[in-house]
Amino acid sequence: MLMKNALEDRIAAGQDRIIAQRNMARAADIPGWGLDADPDNDPTYPMKHSNGADHERLNYEKAPQQPLDMEILHSIERPGVTRVFGTSTPPIGLSGAIRRFAYKYSEATATHWMTLILADRVDTIQGKLTDLMHGILPNPWVERGWRAEWKHNRAGFIGRTATTALLLTAGILLLKRKKKNKYQLSNR
Amino acid sequence: MLAMNFRGPFQIRADRNRPEPEIKHPMDAIVRVTRSLICGSDLHLYHGMVPDTRVGMTFGHEFTGIVEAVGSEVQKLKVGDHVLVPFNIACGSCPHCKQELYGNCHEANPEATAVGGFFGYAHTGGGYDGGQAEYVRVPYADVSPTILLEGMDLENAVLLTDVVPTGYQAAEQAGIQKGDTVVVFGAGPIGLMAARFAWFFGAGRVIVIDELDYRLEFARKFSFAEAYNFREMNDPVVFLKKATDYFGADVCIDAVGCEASGHAWQTISGKSLLMQAGTATAFHWAVNSVKKGGIVSIIGVYGPPWNLAPLGSIMNKGLTIRGNQASVKRLLPKLIDHIMSGRINPKEIITHRFPLEEIPDAYRMFSKKLDNIIKPLLIPSRANASFA
Ligand SMILES: NC(=O)c1ccc[n+]([C@@H]2O[C@H](COP(=O)([O-])OP(=O)(O)OC[C@H]3O[C@@H](n4cnc5c(N)ncnc54)[C@H](O)[C@@H]3O)[C@@H](O)[C@H]2O)c1
Ligand SMILES: [Zn+2]
Ligand SMILES: [Zn+2]
Repeated sequence: MLMKNALEDRIAAGQDRIIAQRNMARAADIPGWGLDADPDNDPTYPMKHSNGADHERLNYEKAPQQPLDMEILHSIERPGVTRVFGTSTPPIGLSGAIRRFAYKYSEATATHWMTLILADRVDTIQGKLTDLMHGILPNPWVERGWRAEWKHNRAGFIGRTATTALLLTAGILLLKRKKKNKYQLSNR
Repeated sequence: MLAMNFRGPFQIRADRNRPEPEIKHPMDAIVRVTRSLICGSDLHLYHGMVPDTRVGMTFGHEFTGIVEAVGSEVQKLKVGDHVLVPFNIACGSCPHCKQELYGNCHEANPEATAVGGFFGYAHTGGGYDGGQAEYVRVPYADVSPTILLEGMDLENAVLLTDVVPTGYQAAEQAGIQKGDTVVVFGAGPIGLMAARFAWFFGAGRVIVIDELDYRLEFARKFSFAEAYNFREMNDPVVFLKKATDYFGADVCIDAVGCEASGHAWQTISGKSLLMQAGTATAFHWAVNSVKKGGIVSIIGVYGPPWNLAPLGSIMNKGLTIRGNQASVKRLLPKLIDHIMSGRINPKEIITHRFPLEEIPDAYRMFSKKLDNIIKPLLIPSRANASFA
């Protein structure tokens, strides 16, 4: 649906250069105006200042190899791990198995990335189970930031919670009705 | 130690029982964090948009800290140095680093060849735990970490790890020429900086587009920009064409990235159905609002594998598209000078300061843009131990 009095109807046309000229006339008021201007920095023309490094592919100076003392998955678009790598959260459990599968495919494939997203969702469930095993109960009030919503967005928060509760109740009632129907059916 | 612990989308814990990081490589340092920021990029992780974001990881790529320990091959950094740590992990000697592409190092991320190494940015960013914690492992410690200058404000220093250079590079890679009309999509921290720095390159007009009035108001003051709410337009492209004599802007900057709102089909296909990696609404508007032969600078983050993009218009209009992760180390000397000379005071964008313990609230507020938030800062309680 089109808005009446949209912003594009309210502005005047033909102003672009007039505004730019006016701004440039008072450029002294804008700290730093034009300080880094450079007519050569126009990427619509070639401009790279090559120093030849691009072709030193095999014999560049490499850092020592970080010891590989944990499972690190690496892209099949490179021969092995990089000289340095992160050691956060190695692949674990079912999500880990899914990740290992994903890393068999290149970064050009949807299989690689969509499988990783799937692994992330599985990992969330795994994380909840691990928490429970360690006696950590879900605490959405703090961990989902509901406390902050209560403080700064109370109306919106209550509205959303009420809608969710309503939907949940409706869903449960519907399920119950269905079960009853089934029962009646089998009774006949 | 106390650190952020990711438990799944929209769910994080301030966890007191995280193991302290260790030196894993002779060029590593361990840093005790003094200030840390939450970035719009972290929201993509928080919302579950980045593949291979594992439960148990610590995020955070914008931090300053004090060196607590160094590996055997670290020569420049000393224990006790107070440093700002650029978000890129870079070896300094691969072909890309040699060309000053520190955001594209070849020796920092085994998991994804298309992506550089970053602190606390999923395994797609190299699998490093990040700086929303009391301590962090900092690889290649002699390459990027930079010792704070005497008299440099700590909040400006921590903004130099990402936001300031990123906003600057957004304007720089846009090839802005004197008198150019520059349109910036997004009035978050990155868009605000990009708009402000557009003037440094001699822009004639700077127009900022967003949907949050409080941020547009901020853009008028902080970035000296004309600022407009796309919710008041039928079609932002028509608005911008009319505003630019029906030619289009010389340059458009996409400082929104993969979670843009404003287009129903992009939102359904990108956010609800995950048929594309988030929404490419701002990029779409940028391509269509720029002049023929113009330049579109992508600084907002997009994820793999793909997005709906108007390739036909890019070809027919002869556009130049440029994008990259900011190369923080390359830009630091120039930007430190701009700050120390008082031409820009980046910390004006920090609106909220939280103790690290309250990190779940900080994420929620930044994600939902509550309480007129622009940039949230985290302060670990151990931060003040030695430099108060
Ligand atoms: N390339 C890099 O090196 C780099 C570094 C840091 C951040 N980033 C990216 O920059 C982007 C912005 O980061 P931020 O910290 O400013 O985030 P932010 O979430 O605070 O800001 C995004 C802004 O975009 C606005 N927006 C949403 N849809 C829009 C649309 N269709 N048109 C115009 N504005 C729209 C939002 O209202 C919000 O104000 C993110 O994608 C982030 O990942 C990139
Ligand atoms: Zn960032
Ligand atoms: Zn490198």
